[in-house]
Amino acid sequence: MPETIAYLDHAATTPMRPEAVAAMLGFLTERYGNPSGSHSIARQARLALDEAREVVATALGAQPGEVVFTAGGTEADNLAITGVHAAREGARRSHPGQGGTVVCPAAEHHAVLRTCAALGGRLVPALPDATVDLDALADTLGPQTSVVSVMLANNEVGTVTPLAEVAAVVRQQAPDAALHTDAVQAFPWLDVASLAAPADLVAVSAHKFGGPKGVGALVVRAGTSIAPIIHGGGQERDRRSGTHNIAGIVGMAAAMRATVATRDATVQRVAALRDRLADGLLAAVPGAVETGPRRSKVAGNCHLRFPGVESEALVVLLDQEGVCASAGSACASGAMEPSHVLMAMGLPVTEANTSLRLSLGATSSDDDVDRALDVVPKAVAHLAG
Amino acid sequence: MRVLVAMSGGVDSSVAAALLVEAGHQVTGATLKLWGGTSDTGCCSVADVEDARRVAAQLGITHHVFNFSTDFQAQVVDHYVAAHAAGHTPNPCIECNRRVKFDRLLVRAAKLGFSTVATGHHARSIRGGDTWRLRRGADRAKDQSYVLSMLGQGELAHCLFPVGELTKPEVRARARALGLRTAAKPDSQDTCFITSTGGRARFLAERMELHPGRMVEAASGKVVGRVAAVEMVTVGQRRGLGSGPGGRRRYALAVDPASATVTVGQASELVVDHVEVDRLTWVGQPVPWGVPVLAQCSAHGQAVPAVLQGAGACGRAVLAFAEPQRRVAPGQTVALYDGDCVLGAGVATR
Repeated sequence: MPETIAYLDHAATTPMRPEAVAAMLGFLTERYGNPSGSHSIARQARLALDEAREVVATALGAQPGEVVFTAGGTEADNLAITGVHAAREGARRSHPGQGGTVVCPAAEHHAVLRTCAALGGRLVPALPDATVDLDALADTLGPQTSVVSVMLANNEVGTVTPLAEVAAVVRQQAPDAALHTDAVQAFPWLDVASLAAPADLVAVSAHKFGGPKGVGALVVRAGTSIAPIIHGGGQERDRRSGTHNIAGIVGMAAAMRATVATRDATVQRVAALRDRLADGLLAAVPGAVETGPRRSKVAGNCHLRFPGVESEALVVLLDQEGVCASAGSACASGAMEPSHVLMAMGLPVTEANTSLRLSLGATSSDDDVDRALDVVPKAVAHLAG
Repeated sequence: MRVLVAMSGGVDSSVAAALLVEAGHQVTGATLKLWGGTSDTGCCSVADVEDARRVAAQLGITHHVFNFSTDFQAQVVDHYVAAHAAGHTPNPCIECNRRVKFDRLLVRAAKLGFSTVATGHHARSIRGGDTWRLRRGADRAKDQSYVLSMLGQGELAHCLFPVGELTKPEVRARARALGLRTAAKPDSQDTCFITSTGGRARFLAERMELHPGRMVEAASGKVVGRVAAVEMVTVGQRRGLGSGPGGRRRYALAVDPASATVTVGQASELVVDHVEVDRLTWVGQPVPWGVPVLAQCSAHGQAVPAVLQGAGACGRAVLAFAEPQRRVAPGQTVALYDGDCVLGAGVATR
């Protein structure tokens, strides 16, 4: 392994913020209480849980009672879509199968895509920038629609969906439908509290913004009925059972607070790094193409295509040279699959297989960019030769 | 040297990797994802990738997964289906070696800076000066030189078969001694993408139209029965064809999907004195016509004396057997040997 590593895969996961680690430590050691108990040790944990919930609620533009803690972004997406859909099925039990239809765009994360598929949902085509085709969305929606799930920022190419416009279409075409947004990739970069305000449900994942893995949150706005998908002791106001992951939740809250406090400065700094990286690679690599319009991407996303270069080989070669990057998504065996996002954007599979995602984060530095600018053009030239 | 080991998650490739590490090479492991569908050998399954990854970790080497499933589909599975549609009996393992493992993977490895690719095949490549010879594996019962018989100098110069000098029990003993989790893993069997429950019939039926056909007796020209799917019948097959006059067993002598006909006859009619081959390739220099060779016509068949005769154009030739042999099903690879060294290979056409 090379001595120094340029970690450019922050969209996959990003290092934990020191604030989050510090906040968690006590709950991994002496503050071991279960917040559902009624003694002093439990009360300590309950206090921490309540405080974390307030922090998370503020960061997401919600009331504390609207926050449901989950074991990550995927669970939050599953709960949002399946839970609301199931609640409607239940409400219309006199008419079986009348719970309606779930709808999502084709470039969503698998957590949404496969949940919709499992419920027999409908797909809406994406535009060439990976955001949803609003005309097609309007045509797909109807009074029977139960849940519409549209991500705020795309995990692969980073483009941001104008959620207010989506919401306007949903309210007009499917006034009874709930609007869910997967804001997992958006939170490090965007003011989710205001941008996701038009949505009834909002999902985030802690490890994308410096919190620990295995913890996330779902905002369920007051008035949105939701059925649990995990049954048990009735925690989280019966919306998500299971003993609270206190350390994780506290870590997430600390990471959220730190992220929001520094977000504007981070975005400005990282966007400049990203621009230097993307512009440098576009200039250094003949034929390189940037995926999606940069002005509508989150600050940390640099997504390029190098015609004639297989991304699977490129990622291995970059790894050998100390640059951590990604392409497409990995299946259970670890093999890379052609990106469904790029194909939803209308790119042929041959072109989807030439893509490289370099994603920056709050800890990215000029050194990371310098190293990538040194290594990537050489690797691409080597593989293209 | 930098060696990329193709690690299937089986014991042979695990030990191959271990031997290369012991020999002091810079070794990296790669598992190929070839088949995404169902499989009962477990090939390409998550469990196999995990075995390969854990063995790599134990050996202290990096491990990657390469997704070659598109190539596998196009070069192996589609070829397999097309061959059956033409009434042939293909060797998918050989096509996989020809097109994927010793072409696609070699190119990928070279691009990543690996001069050599190693596999766990039981065969031996031996260098003599500037030329490479391909020999049967030391374990005659596990020898896999037949499925490598289409390799040439270009590939052999960049290949290693580290377990070729070992017997299977020795391979397992090495794996046990090293504490590798794959030490007792059963050998893979048959075609990786055909399941025992569904079999070839279901696999093909899901991918092509199978046609019922007539069974015509060679001697009389009479229609003597029907088969459910012409494309499922292999030349030399006995099963499912019933019996002829006097209860004599019937064998398939020829399969012609175009006329939906399976020609059948007795065992004596199955015997031929030659086979025609095309796609002839050589490990080294082409063998002059008329020189005696040994011919092996299936993965576990006997090598029998034969002579190559009168070549046509484009790698075609006629192989005359010294003693009459059972007909070779079109599509089968015919590997040619000198003693236990592979000379080359062709694909039976008639």
